[in-house]
Amino acid sequence: MDEFLLRVLFGGFGVALIAGPLGAFIVWRRMAYFGDTLSHSGLLGIVFGIVLDVNPALGIAVTCLGVALALVLLQRQQSLATDTLLGIISHTTLSLGLVTLASLETVRCDLASYLFGDILSVSITDLYWIWGGNLFTISILVWLWRPLLAATVHEELAYVEGIPVFRVRLIFMLLIAIVIAVAMKVVGILLITSLLIIPAAAAQRFAQSPESMAVLASFFGCLAIGLGLYASLQWDTPAGPSVVIATTTLFILGSAVSRWLQP
Amino acid sequence: MSVDPLLKMENISISIRGSPIVQGVSLQVKPEEIVALIGPNGAGKSTLVNIMLGLLRPDSGRIVIKNGLKIGYMPQKLIVPDTLPLTVQRFITLGKPASRIIVRELLIEVGAERILDSPVQKISGGELQRVLLARALLRQPDLLVLDEPIQGVDLNGQYELHDLIGNLPRKRGCGILMVSHDLHLVMATTDHVVCLNRHVCCSGHPDHVARDPAYLKLFGIEGARTLAIYHHDHHHDIHGSVEGK
Repeated sequence: MDEFLLRVLFGGFGVALIAGPLGAFIVWRRMAYFGDTLSHSGLLGIVFGIVLDVNPALGIAVTCLGVALALVLLQRQQSLATDTLLGIISHTTLSLGLVTLASLETVRCDLASYLFGDILSVSITDLYWIWGGNLFTISILVWLWRPLLAATVHEELAYVEGIPVFRVRLIFMLLIAIVIAVAMKVVGILLITSLLIIPAAAAQRFAQSPESMAVLASFFGCLAIGLGLYASLQWDTPAGPSVVIATTTLFILGSAVSRWLQP
Repeated sequence: MSVDPLLKMENISISIRGSPIVQGVSLQVKPEEIVALIGPNGAGKSTLVNIMLGLLRPDSGRIVIKNGLKIGYMPQKLIVPDTLPLTVQRFITLGKPASRIIVRELLIEVGAERILDSPVQKISGGELQRVLLARALLRQPDLLVLDEPIQGVDLNGQYELHDLIGNLPRKRGCGILMVSHDLHLVMATTDHVVCLNRHVCCSGHPDHVARDPAYLKLFGIEGARTLAIYHHDHHHDIHGSVEGK
């Protein structure tokens, strides 16, 4: 295997591994739309990265976190239904990102690579960011696992049992922001949620415990990265969308197999 | 003999989005005492429980909690997402880690040992209530707060569950605060009844409350007898008297 392919695979696996467990939590907590909103605001983060001349991953993570905090505060007021609120923020931030990016005349950039990912151009620096973010997120998630699971099942009960649910929720949002930042390179901001949710949904049919669902989701994610990249190189299709289609294919195959396995 | 209460609420009031939900309510739970909080739908029972648990902050009033008090809580409604593969054993230990043997013993105590390894989404309403009780007991609480503990339980199960709850103070030395919409269901097991309709309508021994004019007025004479299905066909003002309609 040549170095290019190794680099690409290594980058993809780095994202898929952490997307598995985090995606499982997003599925359990019904936060798919929330994840979409955060990732759409990521484009604005890229613009900040360009303007301030820092790594786009950092710009995305900080922006996503800011949007997540704003959402928590707005949700508390309860003047709008949550999905309405998410819809407003999601598309406003995406549009703001597109408009400001277009107005930065001096910058020539490939918009499509931001929106749909550009994993084939992953650099060594990108790998550092991806695996740094991956290891950080996984260690936090292991530490946070039980309280986060308890709060996911029933927030009030968890609170009475002594879990600081608000802090747990904030840390969880931070983790999502980091994963969006590192996953942007692979599937782009428009497709990130699919990499979080579809492998987890596929894993659900085979899992006996929360942990096995998280691990299986990582496995399916990695498999999809491999299949998607193979398809992309074989037939010259765009890599990010090919990976997403691969996850969906696995999901459908998984559903069929699990149905067939059941009496 | 005077014993320090486990928990004491004094003159609690709260409004939510401008409308008063609970007004000037005081109550206390002593060790090994069962207090029932009853009242029609919308009387503010769950709100009061949430204040007690620290989930809501009252606008005014005072809560005194005994030092180091451990609360076991059984929420009114709990739906575990279908997407989350979780056995009863795992569900119970989410609140506090415990060995399989301890969890099994607890399930035997609440009469649900058969379902130790069942997915928590697949068990019946009555089994879920028992599992929730087991989870609350695992913490070895000094005070149990049970929000409508027999909801969704069939008639036989209701009696069993009440027996079980009624014996807990003697067996485990804990106090219990139990929310119910029905006095007759809790009458046999309760030491003290607080009848709530935003404010405390009446309180005392269950026999006393059942004959109290304020109670009869709140539930209606006929309703007081059957009262599982209560039709709220009149409005109470904040003093509990009925407004003409």
